[in-house]
Amino acid sequence: MVDTKELEEVSRKIRRDIMVMLAEAGSGHSGGSLSATEIMVSLFWNVLRHDPENPDWEERDWFVLSKGHACPVLYAVLAARGFFPRKELWTLRKLDTILQGHPHRLKTPGVEFSAGSLGQGLSLASGVAMGLKRQGNPGNVYVLMGDGEQNEGAIWEAGMTAAQYDLDNLCGICDRNYLMIDGNTEEVMGLDPLADKWRAFGWQVFEIDGHDLRQMTYAYERFQLEKKRPTMIIANTIKGKGVSFMENQADWHGAPPKKGEQVQQALGDLGFTAPWEDFKKHDFDWVG
Amino acid sequence: MGDIREEARLVDYRKGVEEVPSRDGYGHGLLWLCENDERVVVCDADLAKSTRTIWVRDKYPEKFIDFGIAEQDMLAEAGGLSRTGLVPFVTTYGVFVAGRAWDQIRTSICYGELNVKIGGAHGGISVGPDGPTHQSLEEIPLMRVLPGMTLVVPTDAHEAKKATIWAASHEGPVYLRFGREGVPVITTEETPFTVGRAEVYRDGDDVAIIACGPLVYEALVAADALAKDGVDARVINCHTIKPLDVDTIVTAAKECGAVVTAEEAQVYGGLGGCVAEVLCQQHPVPMRIVGIEDVFGESGSPRELLDRYGMNSGNIAAKVKEVIAMKS
Repeated sequence: MVDTKELEEVSRKIRRDIMVMLAEAGSGHSGGSLSATEIMVSLFWNVLRHDPENPDWEERDWFVLSKGHACPVLYAVLAARGFFPRKELWTLRKLDTILQGHPHRLKTPGVEFSAGSLGQGLSLASGVAMGLKRQGNPGNVYVLMGDGEQNEGAIWEAGMTAAQYDLDNLCGICDRNYLMIDGNTEEVMGLDPLADKWRAFGWQVFEIDGHDLRQMTYAYERFQLEKKRPTMIIANTIKGKGVSFMENQADWHGAPPKKGEQVQQALGDLGFTAPWEDFKKHDFDWVG
Repeated sequence: MGDIREEARLVDYRKGVEEVPSRDGYGHGLLWLCENDERVVVCDADLAKSTRTIWVRDKYPEKFIDFGIAEQDMLAEAGGLSRTGLVPFVTTYGVFVAGRAWDQIRTSICYGELNVKIGGAHGGISVGPDGPTHQSLEEIPLMRVLPGMTLVVPTDAHEAKKATIWAASHEGPVYLRFGREGVPVITTEETPFTVGRAEVYRDGDDVAIIACGPLVYEALVAADALAKDGVDARVINCHTIKPLDVDTIVTAAKECGAVVTAEEAQVYGGLGGCVAEVLCQQHPVPMRIVGIEDVFGESGSPRELLDRYGMNSGNIAAKVKEVIAMKS
């Protein structure tokens, strides 16, 4: 178990890399990458069994990104864990990159499925969980969804399937930041009471602070103890978390910080003072 | 005058044929696979009886997974199953899979190059009395536009079984299209079948009739009628729509100088469309397409519908006369 203080620092650096990568790319999704940072860090540093040298290791746990647009946080995490060289981050969305605008499993080590069309990841993850169980593989499957994504009917189809087949090795995480492109989730297409809905579907549900690394890790541990039901972690988060001008702003869903002053301000909010382009030249641990 | 090729090993259909639904061949293929390939699992969406996966459910219940009436989920779940080394055969009616779950097939399965096999039952207007909602006429264009997809339209139950068994040996997505009704069994165990290769069943040099599915039989009957009028028709079973056997098609156009295609599907973007794309670029010849003329079907008996919507042997022969008249 990695110390929480240390993971807070990792989270700060992941957010930094998300901002630099998006500024360099000139397009991409800031808000939902920043909101999911602690969800991802607690999973990849404290929970997930994986081997960056051998991404297809048969005994691994699986991570499926269903909300594919949040791939900057996944790419930053995979680079920091050593799945591919960090310099690849600065090629995001550019011609010939291994880091497509939405994840493609055949391009990027550590990406399990191609994603971008919402509402498919929970089914894919459920299929993996079912396949592992059928073959006696003890691996667990984690899948990160957006809250707006819960509008997709296929999510609830998968919810029925996972409960029907007792997939206790399946853990869904809903990044509950209450914002989708067109505005507040409850105004666009209401989801609450979301936890009750998942409970009614036969899932074990935790509602926690998705920016609290201790709570996240604890929820993952509780999931691992469950022997019957699939688990849904509703992680309450803030869209754009950590960057003052992005927090709780729907408009930052699909926009990057601009090169120069704006990304520098974002980094300043995260506590970094070095010129933004310098972070491309150094390793993950360098803080300027 | 040409005739049926010896090496095609067809049944002597002129003396009468047995009629068996091609979906039965799928069911038999699945049973064979369950016995012989431990990776295979069979998925269904509450249509086990009708798609013949019930045969698997009864004999190999541990290999059968029912997803209920949830096709979008089933297709992506199959994608997940495939990533763990299993070979899922997902099964439902053509409209509910090629249509409803198209996005899952496109983005998760084809773009992600997942090893999922799709059995699309109830293809064609011969689905009959259930009417247009269940008569799948659009899967050929919907599936063939997807990179990486292999699309096979077996002509009868024998060929359906062979295609099903082949699908498990192929790495990558495969769509198999079956009909509902009993259709003439014209091939035998010995009839050559290679995915990606169109088979010439009847030699002839005046016109080439390129057909798929049950209309191969109609094409053979049409050729016999045409022979009486002195027209020598080559008949080709183009069971694989993708990858298309371009060589056999272009050779037929060069040697016959006119082409008619026949399929139990919409005329836009199907087998006729494939052949037209190839010929207009490589060897243009007079051509006609037999199929559904951009309308939905209606309830009726299979035979009545094939007649009303212009897909019987007489319709094929009439189109042949048109293209022959165009040959200069």
